[in-house]
Amino acid sequence: MLGKLDWSAIPFDQPIPLIAGAVVLVGILAVLAWVVVKGHLPYLWHEWITSVDHKRIGVMYILLASVMLLRGGSDAIMMRIQQAVAYQSQGYLPPEHYNQIFSAHGTIMIFFVAMPFVIGLMNLIVPLQLGVRDVAFPTLNSVGFWLTATGALLVNLSLVIGEFARTGWLAFPPLSELSYSPGVGVDYYAWSLQISGVGTLVAGINLVTTVLKLRTKGMNYLRMPMFCWTTLASNLLIVAAFPILTATLAMLLLDRYLGFHFFTNEAGGNVMMFMNLIWAWGHPEVYILVLPAFGIFSEVVSTFSGKALFGYRSMVLATMAICIISFMVWLHHFFTMGAGPDVNAIFGIASMIIAIPTGVKIYNWLFTMYGGRIRFETPMLWSIGFMVTFIIGGLTGVLVAVPPADFVLHNSMFLVAHFHNVIIGGVLFGAFAGFEYWFPKAFGFRLDDRWGKAAFWFTFLGFYVTFIPLYVAGMLGMTRRMQHYDVAAWRPWMLVAAVGMAVLTVGVICQIVQIVVSIRNREALRDRTGDPWDGRSLEWATSSPPPVFNFAFNPDVRGEDAYWDLKAHAKQQSLDHDAPEYHDIEMPRNSPTGFVCAFFATVMGFALIWHIWWMVILGGIGAFATFVVFAWRDHDEYVIPADEVAAIDRVNLEERRNLVSMAGTI
Amino acid sequence: MSMTATAGRAHADPHHIGLVIEHPGPAPKRIVTAYGFWIFLLSDIVMFSCFFAAYAVLADQTAGGPKGSEIFDQRNVAIETVCLLLSSFTCGMASIAADVRNRFWFYLGMAVTCLLGLIFLVIEFREFADLVARGYGPSRSAFLTSFFSLVGCHGLHVSAGILWLLTMMAQVFAKGFRADVLRRMMCFALFWHALDIVWVGVFSVVYLLGSGV
Ligand code: HEM
Ligand SMILES: [Cu+2]
Repeated sequence: MLGKLDWSAIPFDQPIPLIAGAVVLVGILAVLAWVVVKGHLPYLWHEWITSVDHKRIGVMYILLASVMLLRGGSDAIMMRIQQAVAYQSQGYLPPEHYNQIFSAHGTIMIFFVAMPFVIGLMNLIVPLQLGVRDVAFPTLNSVGFWLTATGALLVNLSLVIGEFARTGWLAFPPLSELSYSPGVGVDYYAWSLQISGVGTLVAGINLVTTVLKLRTKGMNYLRMPMFCWTTLASNLLIVAAFPILTATLAMLLLDRYLGFHFFTNEAGGNVMMFMNLIWAWGHPEVYILVLPAFGIFSEVVSTFSGKALFGYRSMVLATMAICIISFMVWLHHFFTMGAGPDVNAIFGIASMIIAIPTGVKIYNWLFTMYGGRIRFETPMLWSIGFMVTFIIGGLTGVLVAVPPADFVLHNSMFLVAHFHNVIIGGVLFGAFAGFEYWFPKAFGFRLDDRWGKAAFWFTFLGFYVTFIPLYVAGMLGMTRRMQHYDVAAWRPWMLVAAVGMAVLTVGVICQIVQIVVSIRNREALRDRTGDPWDGRSLEWATSSPPPVFNFAFNPDVRGEDAYWDLKAHAKQQSLDHDAPEYHDIEMPRNSPTGFVCAFFATVMGFALIWHIWWMVILGGIGAFATFVVFAWRDHDEYVIPADEVAAIDRVNLEERRNLVSMAGTI
Repeated sequence: MSMTATAGRAHADPHHIGLVIEHPGPAPKRIVTAYGFWIFLLSDIVMFSCFFAAYAVLADQTAGGPKGSEIFDQRNVAIETVCLLLSSFTCGMASIAADVRNRFWFYLGMAVTCLLGLIFLVIEFREFADLVARGYGPSRSAFLTSFFSLVGCHGLHVSAGILWLLTMMAQVFAKGFRADVLRRMMCFALFWHALDIVWVGVFSVVYLLGSGV
């Protein structure tokens, strides 16, 4: 009846996950109760859960990422404490629990923090920058988000029901095969990634189509803001790489569920095939994450330097070069596994070549700043912090891309330091920069500056104190994923890293405080102009938060830096305009499809993990029914009448007129 | 007012060189839908390529079990291929019928497509069942694993296509040739033709190469 599920699935003997689970459960119930009692449920349902507005979906993505960042962060704290105390002792975590933590940490941070954060920002901003009303497929967009949420939910369920994988964030076989991992941990891992992977693919298709087919009038490719270019590159990579992940995990699942022999040790299975497939996805994946961050930095640096981006065209070229080359280097993740010197040399050189377009980007940012009027607002701090940090990460990357060096450093703490260097210093800093930069656009008020800067400095310093010691420990021969160790030389570095983790935590707390304080003071921080930073691209041309339809008219773009140009133009010319003629606007209707889909996906995923076959069938039927009902809909659009558009837009225009007359004083 | 209506000016484009083809604005819905679906198909083909790659890697790993040439029945495969290629033709007829709003030919084209698809599936299913009955199931060897997965994955797609096909017929029946129904029909046709292309790959790589022709 319940497949493999019984009371033994709940870890009554392990206090930590149980307590953590209980706390989370109480938290969720409390929030739910509050929502219901306060009567916010209809509002949430109509305005958020069923919303197909790209801005709302973007915000929900970012919210999901933030919550999961706390979850992944607490895993990180636990690991750092374990390695700090586990010198010549067992530490406070049993080994199999430690293994689950590092697996969950990596999985969560990549798939449920970094991915939703960048996808959320792209969702939120790209249609605005392109001057259009929504993404290409609004309902599908909501489906994509909710499927990502399903994946996150399943990972968190594993905390209290059953266990998570102990195989690392990429579940290498044969360890992840049934004979070595008979529990449900790997199944939790694989199904949650499968489901959220579908969501990611949907988002990728959506954004590629949006950028290629929906640009407003006059928005030629070489007038698109940099963030749109990196979004395009990143989503092309999603579309090309995520199916590889889907296929690979499907193969692993077939091995585990039906006794297939893709990656087993028996009957001719081939473990190296897994390595090739997973890294053919995995290396592009890191660029899927970091390219949008590059785009954010480009926007931020040029805005806060008050200058057009230096070398725009070379930036576009570099972006596309990275997009392509990132698919040709996957083998550098297993230099040590016997591919031979020729193959290693080729992939080593290919890996180093990526450093060239990346270098081009760094120089362009520096030249953009050179001679500019730099304002050190919080987003700019994150960007400068990024440049310094990422250069170190890139250099160590080039170092591990040298095969002989990699033979020493592979699987060491050095590697751990490298990829945290690029992922935190690149992706996360980018996400935070984008968050601070676009928050006023999304909500109509700025974030508190002092807390923002405090958050930056603590995170920045904390980052260095945590990860530089890991480079050293790696050089001293410490391998990754150690539950405990006996080498005295490593101990001090682990202690320093733990202190760094504490500093990082203060940074995170500052960020939370910043949000709370800003919401409290939102009246004082209110931005009525829609353009708090003196921005350059079209998202600043509309009010904050933008109306559902984004723009009353489709903007007509005549050059790069569309909005900046317009302001300069408006200042020279007098500001009396003819009353514009407004038209009705058609917008997509809200739809519960995404939420319902995700509900059935959750049921099905859970049932598959626990081999509850009747429930699988039920979930499948439900999913198909949702599809048919969705396909059967008659009206998927509603009309906003012209006078309503006019009423909304007049307010925006009035603010903007004031802004332009004040321009130059900012 | 022209502020939101006109953003920026031509002379402000510092890199403006020679002729600039002005972008006309968002594409019509039909194009956007088809374009998005194309991209989905490309991603699906990437997924198939992984199974093809796995097959290429594992084809010789028979672990003492049968080789491809011992289990493939050329006659069956030929019938399957003919069915599928013909069904692409009839699907094309149905698309044309939909474009000219001719219900009779639309239903006929779709019905024949469905029938051909079903024949294909039945033959494939019998081939699988027969192999399993002889003890040559997918867990027998890595070769059989990759064979069953690649061919089965295509078969699953065909099954999904048939479900979709029936939904399309029902939609035309209930709603007529509405613009959104036509858009979906276009996607369905793309999907069905793409499956044909994948089958040509399966046919060549698995059955032709595998039986040493
Ligand atoms: C110049 C650029 C880069 C180079 C040359 C480079 C090179 C490498 C190499 C050779 C490895 C494998 C080392 C080993 O396993 O022994 C590696 C690991 C890794 N890199 Fe990079 N990298 C670069 C940039 C990045 C970026 C931008 C990211 C992420 C945004 C990233 C994320 C990772 C991750 C996550 C791993 C560890 C994978 C694992 O778990 O084994 N790298 N890098
Ligand atoms: Cu790599």
